[in-house]
Amino acid sequence: MIDKAEKVVIMITGTILALFVFSILYAKTKYKSDIPECLPYDKAYTEPKVNKIDEKTYQVFAVAQMWTFQPAEIYIPVGSEVDFFLTSKDVVHGFNIAQKNINMMAIYGTINKTTVRFDKPGVYDIVCHEYCGAGHQNMRAQVIVNYPKAK
Amino acid sequence: MQVSKSLKRLIFWELSIPVALLTLGIYHGLMQTIYRAGVLKQAAFAKLDYYQGLTLHGVINAIVLTTFFAVAFGHATIAFYFKKEPNKKAGWLSFALMVTGTLLAAWAMISGKASVLYTFYPPLKAHPLFYLGAALLIIGSWIPFFNWAGMYIKWKKENPNVKTPLAVLGTLINFIIWFVCTLAVAYEVLILLIPWAAGWTSTINVTLARTLFWFFGHALVYFWLLPAYIMFYTMLPKLAGGKLYSDLAGRIALFLFLVLSVPVGVHHQYSDPSITQGIKFFQGMLTFGVAIPSFITAFTIAASLEYAGRKRGAKGLFGWMKKLPYLDTKNYMFAYLICGLILFVFGGLTGIVNASYQLNTVIHNTSWLPGHFHMTVAGPVFLAIIGMSTYLYSTMSGKKIFMPAINVIIPYLWSFGVLIFSTGLMWGGLLGEPRRTNLGMTYLNPKSELFRPDWVPTTTLALLGGIIMFIAGMLFIVVFFGTMFRKKNEKAELNLAVSEVFHDEARIPLFDKFKPWLVAMAIILVIAYIPAFLNVNKNTGPGAPAFAPDNPVPIETSSK
Repeated sequence: MIDKAEKVVIMITGTILALFVFSILYAKTKYKSDIPECLPYDKAYTEPKVNKIDEKTYQVFAVAQMWTFQPAEIYIPVGSEVDFFLTSKDVVHGFNIAQKNINMMAIYGTINKTTVRFDKPGVYDIVCHEYCGAGHQNMRAQVIVNYPKAK
Repeated sequence: MQVSKSLKRLIFWELSIPVALLTLGIYHGLMQTIYRAGVLKQAAFAKLDYYQGLTLHGVINAIVLTTFFAVAFGHATIAFYFKKEPNKKAGWLSFALMVTGTLLAAWAMISGKASVLYTFYPPLKAHPLFYLGAALLIIGSWIPFFNWAGMYIKWKKENPNVKTPLAVLGTLINFIIWFVCTLAVAYEVLILLIPWAAGWTSTINVTLARTLFWFFGHALVYFWLLPAYIMFYTMLPKLAGGKLYSDLAGRIALFLFLVLSVPVGVHHQYSDPSITQGIKFFQGMLTFGVAIPSFITAFTIAASLEYAGRKRGAKGLFGWMKKLPYLDTKNYMFAYLICGLILFVFGGLTGIVNASYQLNTVIHNTSWLPGHFHMTVAGPVFLAIIGMSTYLYSTMSGKKIFMPAINVIIPYLWSFGVLIFSTGLMWGGLLGEPRRTNLGMTYLNPKSELFRPDWVPTTTLALLGGIIMFIAGMLFIVVFFGTMFRKKNEKAELNLAVSEVFHDEARIPLFDKFKPWLVAMAIILVIAYIPAFLNVNKNTGPGAPAFAPDNPVPIETSSK
């Protein structure tokens, strides 16, 4: 019923898919590479601010609204680990730091969270990548990783 | 076969209304590449706003065209294989609902009251008639499905031991997927969005609406794709001059689609809050499962084409590729389908990238995404739709194709454009270029402080591809309506290419009935989606008020 060529192809397909799944799990466990975390809603995160936990650990409560991010400029020292907590005051927004593969949706009534380490000094653009109305293309913020040099 | 005037008219209207609207859809496709490349640095052109145009582009091309075509092609397939016409009244009632829905939504979009894109995520609010229009279009498309299902049950009673024709099986599976997934979006639209948009309820749970949308949204892509798959399996081998390699492979692929195409929608929400990583991972794995039927298809169709090439005298490992009828003006459907298949190789592979959990964080909502789906929905899907629209119209009306040489070149020109366009978009996406953004006003405007010079080459490439696609699309419109304005000069009949089968396996009852597969579908759906909805319910805080796209102040307070 199944001819030889089909058997070979089924094995190749199975191997390829297994390789993909293995790669995902390997990246997840070995490099802690993961997608945003799931947190229950908490009003505490809806006030924009930057919390310094210690010299190298920061929390950013990022609030997206039509058509800005608060805080709009985030200054942190080189080598710090940052927890981003994200919510929206109005419509759906995006939160993309392409250089660091940070990619989250900001949604009213929810808290999104991800963690990232900034090892190199520089200016990292935060781009809103979900259509959020007429001013969508103006919506950008920046993470400035140079402290204590410039500020 | 000969068909009644009524069915003929129904199919003609269902093919030509979306093709007429397509002029608007394709125009706005071109316009976006112009804005995005920074050639236009303004919010609107010719009184149509960028985001309004983007909404028209998405709704017309991805919802209206695909749904009308699936219904028209379903009517043709069912009538042709059962040698019996679908119910006249049901057909016209469905048509009336679909047209009314389309007109309502088109009015809302064109008058600028529904610039919310085709995903219509709340709390951006559109005019209630936009949502109602979408609901009517969907409900209209359900009616023929119930009619065909009844015809199938009757046919099966009369022919219990005959294999259901593959094309009929494909059509029914496609509409079962469509019916199940649209239940979610119907709930979203009728229960959540319309009362909220009309002001009867004050807030909305945004994540719940998004989860319902994506319950629908990923299965939707298979609803687009399956008519093309039906053509690949049942027509392409014949058009190539060969046979379908395996009939059973096609059945297995179709049933796998039935089981796996709905419970994977959360992979569009990898970046969303309120849903745990475990649920996302599980649906990600199921997404790899739904890649299997596409692998099966890739092999089976390639084997069928190789057989055809060898029958035409090809030698060597790849010689068969040179012997196929690429530019035969009488056999133009081959050109449309083969081009779609070639694009789909890239579309499928980039789709696996999107499904790959962490990799999605690299490209989610960047221009990579439209780069990917223009090689699927604007690849095999679009080419199969426009090629088959021309074919059905021309053969059923007995009119010769207008400009047959151009007609056979269109798919190659289109594919060439898509490859350039998608390369530009995907390259830009890897650099962080966002999708759905009027880049010309800021990021691609040297005078803006947001200017990103690294996105100049990528958007320019997309513009170049977009121009080529626009030319190919307009040529299609000319060929289609040009054919319509010719005089009848041939015998008019409904005639679909039917491939013979190389390995014609005996009927296996499991692959010729729906019940076990429907049960499996229901079980996997419950396992995959109940936890997701519980999560959304548990982790979401207050509901959101409504917002207009041009005002950060919620609608209730601004009107007081």
